[in-house]
Amino acid sequence: MATPAIEVRDLVKRYRKGTTNAVDGVSFSVEPGQFFALLGPNGAGKTTTIAILTTTLSPTSGTVRISGHDVVREASLVRHQVGIIFQRPSLDMNLTGEENVRIHAILYNLYPFRPFYWLMPGGYRKQLRELADVVGLGADLFKPVKRLSGGMQRKLEIIRGLMHHPRVLFLDEPTSGLDTVSRRNLWQYIGELRRRHDITICLTTHQLNEAEEADHVCILDHGHVVAMGAPRDVKTELGHERLVVDATDRTALRRRLVATNIPFSEDGHFVIALDGRTAHEVVRAIDEPLTVLRTESPTLEDAYLRILAAGDA
Amino acid sequence: MRELNAVAAIAARDLLKFIRDPGRLVASVVFPFVMISMLGGTLQLNLGKSAGINFIAFTFTGFLGMTLFQSTAQGLTSLMDDRVNDFAQELFISPVSRYSIVVGKILGETTVAVIQVLPMVVLAFALRVPLTAAHVALLVPVALLSCFMGGAFGLVLLNTMSDSRASNQVFNFVFLPQYFLAGLIAPINALPWYLALASLISPMGM
Repeated sequence: MATPAIEVRDLVKRYRKGTTNAVDGVSFSVEPGQFFALLGPNGAGKTTTIAILTTTLSPTSGTVRISGHDVVREASLVRHQVGIIFQRPSLDMNLTGEENVRIHAILYNLYPFRPFYWLMPGGYRKQLRELADVVGLGADLFKPVKRLSGGMQRKLEIIRGLMHHPRVLFLDEPTSGLDTVSRRNLWQYIGELRRRHDITICLTTHQLNEAEEADHVCILDHGHVVAMGAPRDVKTELGHERLVVDATDRTALRRRLVATNIPFSEDGHFVIALDGRTAHEVVRAIDEPLTVLRTESPTLEDAYLRILAAGDA
Repeated sequence: MRELNAVAAIAARDLLKFIRDPGRLVASVVFPFVMISMLGGTLQLNLGKSAGINFIAFTFTGFLGMTLFQSTAQGLTSLMDDRVNDFAQELFISPVSRYSIVVGKILGETTVAVIQVLPMVVLAFALRVPLTAAHVALLVPVALLSCFMGGAFGLVLLNTMSDSRASNQVFNFVFLPQYFLAGLIAPINALPWYLALASLISPMGM
């Protein structure tokens, strides 16, 4: 069995002046190459967990391993294994994009120090060009970072985060502050990078639609794991698909649904819980001309809100 | 080798930022001109002969040491700005030793400080401060010592202050008295006991 990319066992973190544990007995495991999403409201313990996973914070107790390396005893090895795209850009705005990437490459011992780009080894320049092509950041790499848009800065962070070929890429609310187009592009790039480099992605986000594509999600609340599994499993607990229909002659449609023993509720339109039936079977049973016809599945956001509400109750 | 590369990269970053900051470049030329030629020159013309002191040479050495110390100390505290701008995350998450980060910062800011005082040395020659080659050679270790002390002072501030605003207040509180306590503009051969004590414990008076 392959060594998990991320392995967290009974993780506890209590801050020095804290009266409760910020993270309280969290355990989960992520297989190599998986897309994992760590979700939860503000104060749930996501940021603390990510800080421990990326070695910037020490755990109070429990064990955390990245690609088999302990984050406390082998912090330096762990830092080689992980790439991080922070919620807020961690770029030096006074330098150019390339200079930011060059500092990163030297800090990670990928290439020797050279004061100018043209003095850097050919391997560096080639790798930089390739990554810049993937994210679509060409000549802009050589502009001062402060003159790049938010989307471009994110792309630059991706290039920098991937320079040292991390096995695990942490994305801490990577689309925060981005417009819709930049957000969509970013996810396309990340998908492309996953296919090319087979890296494990660990995402934290408040945009739950971004976690729909995850292999596994883990929902934290008040420092505890309150739900974990594949998104479809988490959503299934909320119920199955629904069929929403309506017609000009609503009385006739209502009579038809009652006559064919199809249970329904009226919430603006007629809402039919499919519960094992197919949408096709239901539609075939209706003769009345329909003006509304659509299926609805519970979203991860529905599941998330229900799970958190159950926790607060 | 890996740590040396990291130290060089961190130091080069400070140098690059200095070169790209026209305000700091201009200040590094204007400040010594104002302090040495105007302050030193005025003192020399009015008190030099009667006191038997070359005030231009006096203010030159004083401000040289002060500039080196202050520039390096302030450079170190720029890590606070990195903390605010989140670049510190990039540094501290990297697999290099924390010592390499600090040594890189001190070396980078020392280089910046030394470049800043070069116009001052040129000005000293222009104002006929009696500087021999031996003097200049002796200035090098003293200059480096001033920078390293400034770096150490900056490191203390970095560890105790939460933001650059607080550290700037400490700078004002610490550096202004030094003009008098460390003998930057006037000799401190004779001081009341309490000022002599304050001079001894002030960073540049030590």
